[in-house]
Amino acid sequence: MGAIYILWLRELKRYVRSRVQVVVSLGQPCLYLLALGFGFGPVFQQAGHGSYLQFMAPGVIGMTVLFSSVFSGIAMLWDRQFGFLKETLVAPVPRLHIMIGRTLGGATVASIQGLLILIICLIAGFRPHSWTVLPQAIAFILMVAIVFSALGTAIGSVLQDMQGFQLIMNFLVMPVFFLSGALYPLNNLPRIMTIITRLDPLTYGVDGLRGSLIQSWRFNPALDFTVLAIVAALFLSLGAYLFSKIEV
Amino acid sequence: MIRVQNLVKSFGDFTAVKGITFEVAQGEIFAFLGPNGAGKTTTIKMLTTLLQPTSGTIELNGLNPLTHAQQARQHFGIVFQDPSLDSEQTAYENMDLHGVLYHVPRKLRAERIERLLKLFELWDRKDNYVKTFSGGMKRRLEIARGFLHTPSILFLDEPTLGLDPQSRNQLWTHVKHLNETEKTTVFLTTHYMDEADRVAHRIAIMDHGTIVAQGTSAELKQQTGSDSLEAAFLSFTGSSLRDEGADAKAQLRQTARMWRR
Repeated sequence: MGAIYILWLRELKRYVRSRVQVVVSLGQPCLYLLALGFGFGPVFQQAGHGSYLQFMAPGVIGMTVLFSSVFSGIAMLWDRQFGFLKETLVAPVPRLHIMIGRTLGGATVASIQGLLILIICLIAGFRPHSWTVLPQAIAFILMVAIVFSALGTAIGSVLQDMQGFQLIMNFLVMPVFFLSGALYPLNNLPRIMTIITRLDPLTYGVDGLRGSLIQSWRFNPALDFTVLAIVAALFLSLGAYLFSKIEV
Repeated sequence: MIRVQNLVKSFGDFTAVKGITFEVAQGEIFAFLGPNGAGKTTTIKMLTTLLQPTSGTIELNGLNPLTHAQQARQHFGIVFQDPSLDSEQTAYENMDLHGVLYHVPRKLRAERIERLLKLFELWDRKDNYVKTFSGGMKRRLEIARGFLHTPSILFLDEPTLGLDPQSRNQLWTHVKHLNETEKTTVFLTTHYMDEADRVAHRIAIMDHGTIVAQGTSAELKQQTGSDSLEAAFLSFTGSSLRDEGADAKAQLRQTARMWRR
């Protein structure tokens, strides 16, 4: 248990200490929020869907958590490069504990990022349906963070260099984000798109967040939660397996 | 105590370690010498559970690291050839993290961290981030960290690579001191013959995956009729270059093969 705690703490310390990284990683969602939120606002309103800011804020929170989670896993690349990974791998603790510590640390950091963006959304004018829905929204933030931190750990375990990073960014993270309904409603899409969006785990996270915050459900809380829990279990097992196979 | 018998490691059709046998007694300082690509690091990796041997047996304090990796890891410490510190944390935090990973109880941990950091003259920098440290300080911190959990065996893989003579001298003084006071067995590799000559009780010379000579420094010199360990080393291993030789391509292939696994 000590190993899990100390590695979780390490992720947190790194986050708190790298203020530049905090600002940078909050900058991108803010850009989406301002440029798209206010830019598409009038079109969205004319189409009769109400306020776009209200609609997209939960999506941007989901995006923040997604990016932050996957990156925390990929940051393992640096630990591999600078050798620290080896120090943990020869320690007399089960690899599973090391993997869990890292993954939970990444998930915690991603959740904090998500909460910060939620606060920024509130400042920008976003208003949740009621304040009592916040705990449920936070629960969804945590779920999304665990799902994608586990995926990040799995990816980080097999990535060998920075070239792979671009690959993951362009062919995994961005599609997961764009196909999740974070930026547009998933109603009346072409059939193939409907299928793809339903295969995207973030879709259920965004739906859970949007549903909780502004009472606009595409599925329902139970389904969203179940799907996320199953995917989390799946990715955690995958991450644990791939992490156990690392050789240094 | 380390006991190795007929240890073999093959990477595909290339055999890096070709059946080596040796023993290191408890409390001994044992130096493993050899040109680049001789198989030293591969051997250390097998001894420290980082690589599975193709065949042969290893015993560390009576434990088989192949079947009881986790217990065996508690018994040894390792300082890698390349750095393995977390540069975004302070020296103290690096030590503390290591102590937690190696199950050193909190109170004892604090005591030993203080003792070791003071010994290696890092105590007044304990709250500085490791990224602000010089190469020599990082090296000292890594070795201090290696001793933290009172391992009975400490592996040092080229610990003085790239250090100035002052740092090297000081480092070996500390290692010898801890070897004497804590009865730690030290298994080291180095390219500096004078270091091996000075600190090691016994020396093994490895070349092309086999051990070509074993004994005390005096014995090795006597066998070759040389007056220095360096001369003895050269007469055992020849004076042709290994890395940049005509075989550069084969060398690259071999390295690539090793890392692919």
